[in-house]
Amino acid sequence: MTDIRYDVAVIGGGVIGSAIARELSRYELSVCVIEKEEDVCSGTSKANSAIVHAGYDAKPGSKKAERNVKGNAMMGDLARDLEFEFKRNGSLVLCFADEDMPKLGELYQRGLKNGVEVSILSGDEVRKMEPNITKEVVAALWAPTGGIVCPFGLTIALAENAADNGVEFIFNTAVTDIKKDAEGYVLVTNNGEIKTKAVVNAAGVYADTIHNMVSEKKLHITPRKGDYCLLDKEAGGHVSATVFQLPGKYGKGILVTPTVHGNLLLGPTAVDVEDKEYTATTAAEIADVVKKSAVSVKDIPYRLTITSFSGLRAHEDGDDFVIGEVADAPMFFDAAGIESPGLSSAPAIGVEVAELVAGKFDAKKKENFIAKRKGFVKLAEKSFEERAAKIKENPLYGVIVCRCMDVSEGEIVDAIHRTLGARSLDGIKRRVHQGMGRCQAGFCTSKTMEILSRETGIPMEKICKNSTGSEMLSRKM
Amino acid sequence: MKQYDIVVIGGGPAGLAAAISAKKAGVSDLLILERDATLGGILNQCIHNGFGLHTFKEELTGPEYAARFIEQVKEMEVPYKLGAMVLSISPEKVITYMSKTEGLVQISAKAIVLAMGCRERPRGALNIPGFRPAGIYSAGTAQRLMNIEGYSVGKEVVILGSGDIGLIMARRMTLEGANVKVVAELMPYSGGLKRNIVQCLNDFNIPLKLSHTVVGIDGKDRITGVTIAEVDANRQPIPGTEIHYDCDTLLLSCGLIPENELTREIGVEMNRVTSGPNVDDKLQTGAPGVFACGNVLHVHDLVDHVSSEAALAGENAAAYVLAENQTEKTHKVTLKAENGVRYTVPQTIDVENMRDSVTVRFRVADIYHNRAISVYYDGQKITSRKKRVLAPGEMEQVVLKKSSFAEYPDLKEIVICTEEV
Repeated sequence: MTDIRYDVAVIGGGVIGSAIARELSRYELSVCVIEKEEDVCSGTSKANSAIVHAGYDAKPGSKKAERNVKGNAMMGDLARDLEFEFKRNGSLVLCFADEDMPKLGELYQRGLKNGVEVSILSGDEVRKMEPNITKEVVAALWAPTGGIVCPFGLTIALAENAADNGVEFIFNTAVTDIKKDAEGYVLVTNNGEIKTKAVVNAAGVYADTIHNMVSEKKLHITPRKGDYCLLDKEAGGHVSATVFQLPGKYGKGILVTPTVHGNLLLGPTAVDVEDKEYTATTAAEIADVVKKSAVSVKDIPYRLTITSFSGLRAHEDGDDFVIGEVADAPMFFDAAGIESPGLSSAPAIGVEVAELVAGKFDAKKKENFIAKRKGFVKLAEKSFEERAAKIKENPLYGVIVCRCMDVSEGEIVDAIHRTLGARSLDGIKRRVHQGMGRCQAGFCTSKTMEILSRETGIPMEKICKNSTGSEMLSRKM
Repeated sequence: MKQYDIVVIGGGPAGLAAAISAKKAGVSDLLILERDATLGGILNQCIHNGFGLHTFKEELTGPEYAARFIEQVKEMEVPYKLGAMVLSISPEKVITYMSKTEGLVQISAKAIVLAMGCRERPRGALNIPGFRPAGIYSAGTAQRLMNIEGYSVGKEVVILGSGDIGLIMARRMTLEGANVKVVAELMPYSGGLKRNIVQCLNDFNIPLKLSHTVVGIDGKDRITGVTIAEVDANRQPIPGTEIHYDCDTLLLSCGLIPENELTREIGVEMNRVTSGPNVDDKLQTGAPGVFACGNVLHVHDLVDHVSSEAALAGENAAAYVLAENQTEKTHKVTLKAENGVRYTVPQTIDVENMRDSVTVRFRVADIYHNRAISVYYDGQKITSRKKRVLAPGEMEQVVLKKSSFAEYPDLKEIVICTEEV
């Protein structure tokens, strides 16, 4: 590709890669992020529960527990600095049978050990707090620090801020092999070779494949698929807290939660799959989501389902995060096996890995680091006066493209032209939520394609839903 | 804040007809708010013919049909705004809209006619399992891309759902050189008009598989194939009946949903079957002075019926503003849909203040052969009309005359039902 040698190449533009890149960008280092898709936030980071876990769940002393609690504590400030959507709505873990009470007690104790604020509520107290909780619930664990976040918003904010601080993002580029050389590593990709002194492996479900290219101590990641149902905003107020189920006689449990966008989210299932690209929903799993969610929460208006989707968790055999320099590969750092609570832990993992890597370089911190990032203009959330003023400033803010989510042409144009701007329909959707509403882009697909084509010069026939190969049209008539 | 006598929300076939008739009835201080860049609504992308057989006694294309109304609007100098998206309507009839040229504007209206139309049911709402690649379109979206933008969406096509737009698109894509392999329909009958099945599928040898649904979608980037299967009486796929089709496009024509987000904000009572507001014989919703017509009220299959319904709504809105026909005395009678009739529009009739007659429109729940449509006043059979075939895809109607109520001064309930004969 070029003769440049980066100090650090981060493989993977998900929430973990983006968090690490953002923290690395505080230092005097040349950093790139290599992403196989056309945009950041295209794998596990885009299809998950969007929960910032309180941290009571993971085993005390595990990497998961520690990073989760740290990440949760960091999320509020980060959301303010980088302007993404985050809300502490609190989490409930429901207990359905008296004989399961000891398990709830265990969870409570674990919460205390992990340093999380937790309390036990009676069934009636829970129903007072959440009137739609079923009568079968006998008690619940309440964790007020639990939260919900826009996973796209978080990842894109981190990535944009990293890019604003000099990190180079290389898209549509998949690492197919890694060679060691005298000065570090040569990454072989579909777009040529990329030279680097250090590598950070944040490749999600592919982190084992990447790790195993350089190390004899093999990792093994199983993609654990989870199917979800997303309900219309009309159902968003059905619960206000995130409602989990105590693992028990109903299996691993399905959560019911509002999202920061005001929808209701149900899921996920947990099915181990072989194929790292297998993100197809199945009828059986969707039926399971429906059945089990009804155990926690009554009268869920399933007819308001607007979409279902599936995501893969990167489950490592060791059942914990794998973070650190690889013993037999100096200057190669793993951030692997980052499954739940990975999203919650991302800010903490970012700092940890960046400090580790920067330490090896003995790198200095930049003086001109830009710590803040302007979020997307969301006109729908503005007051009448603010909105009127914005339209005066740019009339395109007065042209609604997506009726369901109330997204204007001006907001879409912004999403295309800002740092790491959108180049696909999904990229626009993840940034400004166009097409994410009840009609699922039925009305605005053609208009959005026109805007993307006009603003980028990509011909209409080449406009993609996401990566190359997902072209929307076959030909001009 | 500027006040209008009547504001019509939507400049599609319903809004146009409502505004024209309101103007004819003597209200000039009115305004049509249209979110798109042109008047005519969805008709603009319906370039096939078959429109206007009832209204104009001739066969027009969608744009031609719309043009007849748009010309009238222009001749009669009915004011309209384009690119004007209504964001909210308050119960006090304050309308907030925005546009590129005017920015954010609030106006108020003495009467409002809701004519926002409907949207297509998306894939997500159908819970079709599988991947989520490019190449899955609702039929209307594909129709817009082809007929307005001039792009073909694919070459090898499977269609799920036999709604009218899907049937029309089966023919449209075939004529454009695509290979439409099959139309799969979940129900044991088609949701579309008989004439569309004949002219769009049969004439092109496109198979229609009833009681079938899509059980799998292949392809991570662009769709590469779908699997359909037969369903049982409970609409559950029957294992072993799967058929796979290689394709690059899946079109969905699985029902239309009235766009009533604004209506709900006003706080009027909604109907669970139609997904539209409940209305009386004046097509007035639960909020006095707020009328509804066209596909926002209930999904129609013929635009001619939309036009006639909307004309009535416009006329009634004008009467409301001009305070005509207002008497103290009212006599509200509830309409009930029973035994195979799914709903009625209107849902109530004020027999005291109604016009000489009221047209009650409805749909049946299943395919019925040789059944009668009967009308009962408080349990007493009034009329019964035998039909050879009744189908959910074809809207039915009965006309009730004011004179027929003369003998029922204490009438409480009108039942419309199907009956074996």
